Amino acid sequence: MQYLFIIISAVFVNNVILSQFLGICPFLGVSKKISTAVGMSAALCFVMGLSTLVTYLIQYHILINTWFGQQIDITFMQTIVFILVIAALVQMVEIILKKINPVLYQALGIYLPLITTNCAVLGVAIIVVTKEFTFGAAPHMLNLAESVVYAMALALGFGVAITLFSGIREQMELNDVPKAFRGTPIALITAGMLALAFMGFSGMVK
Amino acid sequence: MNKFKLILQGIIKNNPTFVHVLGMCPTLATSTSALNGMGMGLATMIVLACSNMGISALAPHIPDKVRIPCYIVVIAAFVTVVQFLMQAYTPALYKTLGIYVPLIVVNCIVLGRAEAYANKNTVIDSLCDGVGVGLGFTLSLTCIGIVREFLGSLSFMNMKLFDADGMLIFILPAGAFIVLGYLMVLFNSVKNGKKANA
Repeated sequence: MQYLFIIISAVFVNNVILSQFLGICPFLGVSKKISTAVGMSAALCFVMGLSTLVTYLIQYHILINTWFGQQIDITFMQTIVFILVIAALVQMVEIILKKINPVLYQALGIYLPLITTNCAVLGVAIIVVTKEFTFGAAPHMLNLAESVVYAMALALGFGVAITLFSGIREQMELNDVPKAFRGTPIALITAGMLALAFMGFSGMVK
Repeated sequence: MNKFKLILQGIIKNNPTFVHVLGMCPTLATSTSALNGMGMGLATMIVLACSNMGISALAPHIPDKVRIPCYIVVIAAFVTVVQFLMQAYTPALYKTLGIYVPLIVVNCIVLGRAEAYANKNTVIDSLCDGVGVGLGFTLSLTCIGIVREFLGSLSFMNMKLFDADGMLIFILPAGAFIVLGYLMVLFNSVKNGKKANA
């Protein structure tokens, strides 16, 4: 039940793009065709789940831990450590995928390098270890399983938003848009309308 | 004079928000009011200027293959410094901006300027470029913030102008997209008009 709350909350209510503004660059960049949009979200789901798992473990077992009999808390190193881990992880995933599953690599390969600079990945990694969530229970810090589910559900929400958006954009290609609106401006206004629609979900899950 | 021109170029010709459409996440998320936008812009500017300087000084010693991770470490170090400074001197702003302060690390403007300018120019030039682009970013964030704050709560720099309620939608996420979209239209049509006259 708890996980259902997490998934609904992450996909619809707190949609990563339309209400948290994480990962806008790929949202605007690779949303011209549905097929690329789906590929990007699949790659993101994979990387976000994995990186959240790793950064969660780092946060609670390395940055906050007892080393040589001394209690330490070096969470201020979070930003540097997390971004390096994510960059290395993405690189590693790329190399491993190329070796063991060339078909999947062909499908996701070109999106993987783009993901390193996707702020959603670092953003979620930081959010799950710093913020308290409710999800139908008392406010609490997420545990490992909840964090990974939350991260993957957020990526799913990214997928939902970008697929809808690229569908609209494909249609819009054929429209006669005024010159000053062409390109990014009309895309932003469309995204605004989509965000308005998603506001209907707000308040569904606390 | 030349350095001044370099800074000016960053503000108008290379404006990160309206011309290059970079760094959209903080732009949309932190421009709920003019002061928030300005705070975020200035924080980014400090990181940008420092990391540009650091990277242009270190660039000759960094092997080409591992340059991106090296740049990211330099940037992340300065972001951590800015985080500390903000926590100490502007705790309220730090709390409002929240997650977006550490996320300056993955702001494409910072890495973009490192890759496109700082690694092949002198330290002083890179500093000017960083300050210029940073000011451009601050200016656009402040503009968007002013518009959203006015429409959303009828106030300017946290001062209430009219004794009435604004349209809340402009403070909410949907309004961010729409305001930025229309401001870009305005920017484009001014630019196109200038071209038509010339």
